[in-house]
Amino acid sequence: MVLSVIALVSALGVVLSKNPVTSVLCLIVTFFTIAGHYIMLNAQFLAVVHIIVYAGAIMVLFLYVMMLMNLNTELEPQKRNWLKYAGAISGGALLVVLVAALRDASMPAISTEANEVGLIKNLGQMLFKQYVVPFEVSSILFLSAMVGAVVIGKKD
Amino acid sequence: MTFLSIDWFFILEKILLISAVLVLSLVVAMYSTWGERKVAAWIQDRLGPNRAGPIGLLQPLADGGKLFFKEEIIPTNANRFLFILGPSIAMLVACMTSAVIPWGDTLTIAGHTVSLQVADVNIGILFIFGVLSVGVYGIMIGGWASNNKYSLLASVRAASQIISYELPMGLALIALLMLTGTLSLKEIVEQQRHGLWNVVYQPLGFFIFLVCAFAECNRAPFDLPEAENELNGGYHLEYSSMKLGFYLFAEYINMFVSSALMATMYFGGYAFPGMDSLGVSPNTLTILGFVALFVKILLFIFFFMWVRWTVPRFRYDQLMRLGWRVMIPLALANMLITGAIVLARQH
Repeated sequence: MVLSVIALVSALGVVLSKNPVTSVLCLIVTFFTIAGHYIMLNAQFLAVVHIIVYAGAIMVLFLYVMMLMNLNTELEPQKRNWLKYAGAISGGALLVVLVAALRDASMPAISTEANEVGLIKNLGQMLFKQYVVPFEVSSILFLSAMVGAVVIGKKD
Repeated sequence: MTFLSIDWFFILEKILLISAVLVLSLVVAMYSTWGERKVAAWIQDRLGPNRAGPIGLLQPLADGGKLFFKEEIIPTNANRFLFILGPSIAMLVACMTSAVIPWGDTLTIAGHTVSLQVADVNIGILFIFGVLSVGVYGIMIGGWASNNKYSLLASVRAASQIISYELPMGLALIALLMLTGTLSLKEIVEQQRHGLWNVVYQPLGFFIFLVCAFAECNRAPFDLPEAENELNGGYHLEYSSMKLGFYLFAEYINMFVSSALMATMYFGGYAFPGMDSLGVSPNTLTILGFVALFVKILLFIFFFMWVRWTVPRFRYDQLMRLGWRVMIPLALANMLITGAIVLARQH
């Protein structure tokens, strides 16, 4: 409960804060609270990997770029009005779709004791037996993304 | 001792253990500063600190007192909240890692079995890795919030250095994990207690881990984030009094914890040769094991200092080249070879 409140507040902070660096820091706090949710669902491995990958690597790069570019509100180009309206309308449409989808979904309460899938051993067994094809496909996707990044980086 | 369906003895035990581990790491970090200066003096044929107390033993206390009483300065254009947050994160993260290190086997006190490890989680190594990857925020936030170009440059250096060296470190650990088949540090130690130390199986992995540990601790020869002759002192340039102290202290705690990690993962932790044929009571054995672990840790800390006063600092491009072009391919090769051998032994 407390975790969820912190998650929501910091997520709002990401969107609402004027300073991009504060925004990134709020996003990091959000990631930590999500990792806390994973732990409460007995998925320790997922929580730690979440922190290593998102908070530890990706957000550091974000922060890095933000700090180097040193964005200021004065230097930022003013957005046009119709762009703001378009953003609000498309965001609202997405919200409607999400609410419609979630309204009928039944959500059985997950008991934390019985749910052992998140522990590393069971997760590994699952990934490499039941879900081995999607797992390999997603790794190929990563490989292609890496190749793409190298190609873009090599272009002079 | 069960009240409100909570085992109070368990909570008391954990609180005592956590405080003991914290005090231990703080004291070791404090005396590492003394040790560092003594080792430096010995290598450079000087005497080192010798005024405060016998052979300068009270020097860390004097330094600490000085840092506490110095004037606290926050630059006018700095972001106050983040400026204070930076050193706090550095210190917090440095102290968190020691939670999953097994400091010894179990002690039996008045019928209760007390494990000398704060938390035996089944993802111990990953936990440490996660905490390490968060540690860079302390430097980055502090460097940025100071509103000083040298601090910013230093924190950017620190971030890219730590990210680059996390990769080979992780790859070296994967090889170790394939060998041991567990992520729990306690089980890794127990395996080494009944077999050979992991450094015998993983010499290259240990070497890679060692180099990366130097880089992650920002220790010489990889202390570019605080290269004083290029950056006027680096990311803590604008800091004074105890906030500066926290940054310096965090570095020594990190050194202590990474020494403890290397001793645990590659050098048998609290296990020592001939441990089970000594014929003493389990409690004595646990204490002996703790002493053995401590000796190993102190040796590693000495090694850290020895390298600092022997090897000159790398240039920044050399550092990056070493990380990406040497360490990562080496770690990958180590991982492949280990995997092949593990597979071959299974058949």
